[in-house]
Amino acid sequence: MQFVFTEEQHQFREVVKRFLRDKSPTTEVRRLMETDDGFDPVVWKQLSEELALPSLIVPEKYGGAGFGFVELSIVMEEMGHSLLCAPYFSSVVLAANAILNAGTEEQKLDLLPQIASGSIRATLAVTESSGRWEATAVELAAKTDGDGFILQGEKCFVVDGHTADKIIVVARLEGSDGDSGISFFVVDGEAPGIKKTLLKTVDPTRKLARLEFDGVQAQPLGEPGAGLDALNKTLDQAAIALSNEMIGGTQYLMDSTVEYSKVRMQFGRVIGSFQAIKHKCADMLIQLELAKSAAYHAAAALDEGDENVPVLASMAKSAASDAYIQVAADSIQVHGGIGFTWDQDTHLWFKRAKSSEVFLGDPAYHRELMMQRWGEGI
Amino acid sequence: MSDLTAVKEEVRTWLQENWDDSLSLVEWRNRLADSGWGVPDWPRQWYGRDLPVAILPEIEEEFAEINAIGVARSGIRMLAAATILEHGSDMHKKEFLRRILTGEDTWCQLFSEPGSGSDLAGATTRADFDGENWIINGQKLWTTSAHHADYGLLLARTDWDVPKHQGLTYFILDMTQPGVDVHQVKQMNGHASFNQVFITDATIAPQHRVDEEGAGWRVAMTTLAHERRNADGMNRLNRDSGLPGAIYEEERKEVATVMEPYKWYPQRAGRVDLVMPRAQQTGRIEDAGIRQEIAKLLIMSKSAEWTARRARAAQEQGMPQGPEGSLGKLSASNVARQASRVHTLISGADALLTGSDGAMDGLIAEVLVSVPAVSIAGGTDEIQRNIISERVLGMEKEPRFDSGPFKDVPRNVI
Repeated sequence: MQFVFTEEQHQFREVVKRFLRDKSPTTEVRRLMETDDGFDPVVWKQLSEELALPSLIVPEKYGGAGFGFVELSIVMEEMGHSLLCAPYFSSVVLAANAILNAGTEEQKLDLLPQIASGSIRATLAVTESSGRWEATAVELAAKTDGDGFILQGEKCFVVDGHTADKIIVVARLEGSDGDSGISFFVVDGEAPGIKKTLLKTVDPTRKLARLEFDGVQAQPLGEPGAGLDALNKTLDQAAIALSNEMIGGTQYLMDSTVEYSKVRMQFGRVIGSFQAIKHKCADMLIQLELAKSAAYHAAAALDEGDENVPVLASMAKSAASDAYIQVAADSIQVHGGIGFTWDQDTHLWFKRAKSSEVFLGDPAYHRELMMQRWGEGI
Repeated sequence: MSDLTAVKEEVRTWLQENWDDSLSLVEWRNRLADSGWGVPDWPRQWYGRDLPVAILPEIEEEFAEINAIGVARSGIRMLAAATILEHGSDMHKKEFLRRILTGEDTWCQLFSEPGSGSDLAGATTRADFDGENWIINGQKLWTTSAHHADYGLLLARTDWDVPKHQGLTYFILDMTQPGVDVHQVKQMNGHASFNQVFITDATIAPQHRVDEEGAGWRVAMTTLAHERRNADGMNRLNRDSGLPGAIYEEERKEVATVMEPYKWYPQRAGRVDLVMPRAQQTGRIEDAGIRQEIAKLLIMSKSAEWTARRARAAQEQGMPQGPEGSLGKLSASNVARQASRVHTLISGADALLTGSDGAMDGLIAEVLVSVPAVSIAGGTDEIQRNIISERVLGMEKEPRFDSGPFKDVPRNVI
């Protein structure tokens, strides 16, 4: 198992970091979070053309760069650190992986090059108003309609669902229940019969939409009814990527808190000289580093084809969620009153911490999942 | 590489010609000391061969190959040896090193005191020179093995008019003299692994001072650095050979004596390994609340393990170690505390019982009453957090009130 990054990976991180520090300062985050689309098409173009980031994990035969999850995790970590507002998580982490896991060779050859080049943005719609990220909770029905299928039902909490060019929809074959009948479909974002509603989110830096499907014609992605494994795999991959995004945000919060505590004076001394503050910061570091280890480990395990990926994904998601929200709350606490203001930046990360904590299932859900999946050799 | 092969060849040949399990342990180890193969990384002049530390495992392999016993390494004696090698005079080396290697002498470390725990440099045991000898008076605490030690590494105050770190001097104390009175300290878990040492007008000859007067803190740092390093190798060196024969029996007794105080140490770390088996045996694994707590523990414990591996991997590849290298001690405390909570949840009412009435014949109860030691011994959690925040995060120290002459520093009255 890989426990340190290679020299090339370090260099890659530096390139990504420089780009993001430049393109996603908090002034930009604040500007974009007030918009409905929630991203800057110019930056998306640069990110796609100059750094080719959407192509990262797409295999070379589908027009990608063919890197692994360790590299993807580096990108996610840096995006989490910069709080980049862009449809990267939706299009690359969720949709591209769903297509890789579920699609036929022909569909991969058709869709992946477009995602890899950044020319289209896609997303994945799994969850419904139940708020559960799992197969058994899927109710949206796929009904046969002549030779094809039509979708009937509703999806909720769809990341960038209102702006995506293509929507990968997880549905169940009409009449199926539980784990069976799980199917992936591809739907055009502008397909007739879809009603898209932008949701009012606590975290304005990650846009969520509700999508209502009323007899929408849809192309099956892969074999209808055989999507269970692909869904589980995609959700594990997404959890690992999100965990790495979360530790990037946690790192930002810890660093900015420590820096603030070194300059803020009270009682004639910097507050960072009080053990009450120092010990809180030491605990932040320990939470961060442990969560980082879990997130890195899960990403490396994915690349190495480790059979324990499902357990490791849930461990990483739970650890990162707990660390991020705890560090975010402590960060506001150390900042004191100023940390509760709109103008100070901490709340932007706090809100991302909150949305990431819940997205893909909260820490308690993942701990339960982890216990169900626990085995020897972890 | 060829050097290594040559060294391995040389030690193999030497062992073939010299290893003799009919010797007594001391006879054999004297032979080792004369050959330099007992401590090959030590200087040639002092029982070694000036070989790099990195090849020690290769040499140990040759020993293991024919079940040859090594020099005495367990306990405080190796810390004494390392300190004497670095700071001692030739006379010290001549007088003490050989009998350390043969295991004839046992050592202990007289640093901590009732009045100075975390604040080790606040020691108030005094050493006064009477024109002929140093006269020692004071109390030491947490001294492992003091009850059977021949010598003690002593940190004592020789100057009360300078700041505290500058007034300490390092000595070698003969533990067998009348002025040294050792009492075992019974702990809350019923074991008595440590001692309190009362020192009343004990004497130390001037030549048994180590390094300069006032250099005690610096010398003590050497001892402590080796203590941390040794902690890693402890398990490997104290494995029971399991072999028949008088010399192995002697070694077994030596190790058993040294390891006696540490027998509850696995319990103080929380026994995470027992959590899943216990949860399954008791059926508590079905309880959703307990499952959550077990999961938290396993995540914490595994992440801590991976964090240590990240640090080690970086070190092995010669990369700068990040903050992950400084977190082990505090992580271990967090893991132990959560493990203790989980064992309590799993045991339910059985957590009320101990000894033969308790779960696993009292083992679980021993976990519950031993875990509080982890966050104190070897640097409290609070000291760890200070170290992390100051050295890793670069935060300021608290203002101090002990930087003037030590005699004016407020301290405990004992």
